[in-house]
Amino acid sequence: MTHFLETVFQSVFWSAVIKVVFVFALLLLTALILVWFERRVVAFMQNRVGPNRAGPFGILQTLADGLKLLFKEGIRPRKVEVGLYLAAPIMAMIPAFLIFLMVPIGAPIHIGETTVTLQGADLNIALLFVLAMSSIAVYAIVLAGWASGSKYPLLGGIRATAQMISYEAAMGLALVPVVVFASSQIAGGSLGVGTMSFSRIVALQAGSFRGPVPGWFVFSLLPSFVIFFTAAIAETNRAPFDLVEAESEIVGGYHTEYSGFRFAIFFLAEYINMFNLSAIAVTLFFGGWLGPGADLPYVGWLVPIFWFLLKTYALLFLFVWIRATLPRLRYDQLMTLGWKWLIPLSLAWLVVFVLLQGVRVFGMPWS
Amino acid sequence: MSGPFSGFWVTLRQMLPGRRVTTQYPEEKRVKPPRFHGRHVLNRYPDGMEKCIGCELCAGVCPARCIYVRGKDNPADAPVSPGERFGFVYEINMLRCIFCGLCVEACPTEAITMTHLFEMSVTNRQDAIYTRTELLMESDGSVPHPQPDSILIDKGELLQADGWMRATAPSGRAAYEGIPAWTPTLGAGLRPPEKGQSASRPSPVTRQEPDTSEWRDVNDEIDNAETDHRTGDGRRATGDDSNG
Repeated sequence: MTHFLETVFQSVFWSAVIKVVFVFALLLLTALILVWFERRVVAFMQNRVGPNRAGPFGILQTLADGLKLLFKEGIRPRKVEVGLYLAAPIMAMIPAFLIFLMVPIGAPIHIGETTVTLQGADLNIALLFVLAMSSIAVYAIVLAGWASGSKYPLLGGIRATAQMISYEAAMGLALVPVVVFASSQIAGGSLGVGTMSFSRIVALQAGSFRGPVPGWFVFSLLPSFVIFFTAAIAETNRAPFDLVEAESEIVGGYHTEYSGFRFAIFFLAEYINMFNLSAIAVTLFFGGWLGPGADLPYVGWLVPIFWFLLKTYALLFLFVWIRATLPRLRYDQLMTLGWKWLIPLSLAWLVVFVLLQGVRVFGMPWS
Repeated sequence: MSGPFSGFWVTLRQMLPGRRVTTQYPEEKRVKPPRFHGRHVLNRYPDGMEKCIGCELCAGVCPARCIYVRGKDNPADAPVSPGERFGFVYEINMLRCIFCGLCVEACPTEAITMTHLFEMSVTNRQDAIYTRTELLMESDGSVPHPQPDSILIDKGELLQADGWMRATAPSGRAAYEGIPAWTPTLGAGLRPPEKGQSASRPSPVTRQEPDTSEWRDVNDEIDNAETDHRTGDGRRATGDDSNG
């Protein structure tokens, strides 16, 4: 058995196939659980019960909804721009899956002589790749809004262009200190070559920050995390930044004209993106899969996965909590927050942080 | 905590146990208020006689016009009701009924009352028309219902009369508080006063005539005014709305 697994994972092709299938299944399963999780938590916060009929604690509710959507008629309005209209849901889905391929979900497993990384691909520019993919996801929404040939989706698409692009800037700027900090960590206090590889960033957080506090980047880079998380909420079109789909204003925005399974794909992509951004936040700021207990016998390889999922779900809870608490921002407030607060703040933080690093590495300019 | 983040504590606090307000219908049923307006029932006296005398006042008062009644003379040898006539045909279209309870209010013999049961879904419109068979109390005091027993249908709710009669009769006057002035019903017997009306007053309570010297004059005035009105407006006396 061990020998067989070793042979399989030594083959680049088969290990890639297995990982891709695994990520695909994991993300679909996560989306199912996440929708249920959100509905339950929001329900509890509103003194309700939430879905509790399908399966134990209602956990199969999303599956039931998904099956319903599968069997519904996919209505295609006459005025749509057919090609883009059909391509948009797929364009939303693919980046969502590709982003998660970068995220290490557990410690590398050793099978005999072979080491299997629990990561779709350990790209050396994973951080850039993720930012690029999340930009492509914006196109899906903008094109869906435009190709629908209807006014509310168009308004949603326009809002998406403005919102997601402006918050993307803040998000990218907030991540620069992570790379800078990683470089100084690698070189052990002097400025070295940085890294954008997720697996290496996780490994750099292994030490301790001070005493029992773990060396997670969030303790050194708290402003970066706050800005990143705020921008992540805007990137995923979640409340209070859900102007792109604002049901009460523009009837669902870009997905107004979508029905049946095409709508389900948009829905799925949105929740997978939420999971992705939480996973990336965990990887960059909360030490990824790092946690105690990885050296336990037999189950040791599962413990890092558990820590990773626990941290990710804690952040997802934060997403849901924010949604249940804050009302939707007005359009001008959204723009003010993005351009007048988040971007200047992230720039200022970047300057301050780089100066501090410079002082740490090279000492005071006069000394 | 205050400022823009104070709301976070509010929402988090709601997750504590014991704050849920939803009940799991139909497994958990809430106790309905005493005056709940559910489906109707035609009552019987304790001796088995029907209370309905076929006067059609309920059909006349019904704003949704969902009640159809036809009276018939009681057979001399086996009377159905203590009155002269009885409700020979009695139908309520539950799809039109607005559950206002005016029929209960109009009924002079307390024959039609409402119960606490509201599960009346049907798969065909014809079934929503309740006839005598579904409305009239059985000879043992139980109430028939077209739907079978299930988790939804609690037949016990059919025995809960709505509290309208008990709450208002007689005349809502304080002097009558605690005195059941309604008639007994087969099965239920003499229904007790509503909560809040003290039935345990020392009895017998002698009827105390209030000092009527002042309001009797007012009544006379009203009577006179009505008489004037009737004589003054001939159309009203002849009745232009005879078919309800």
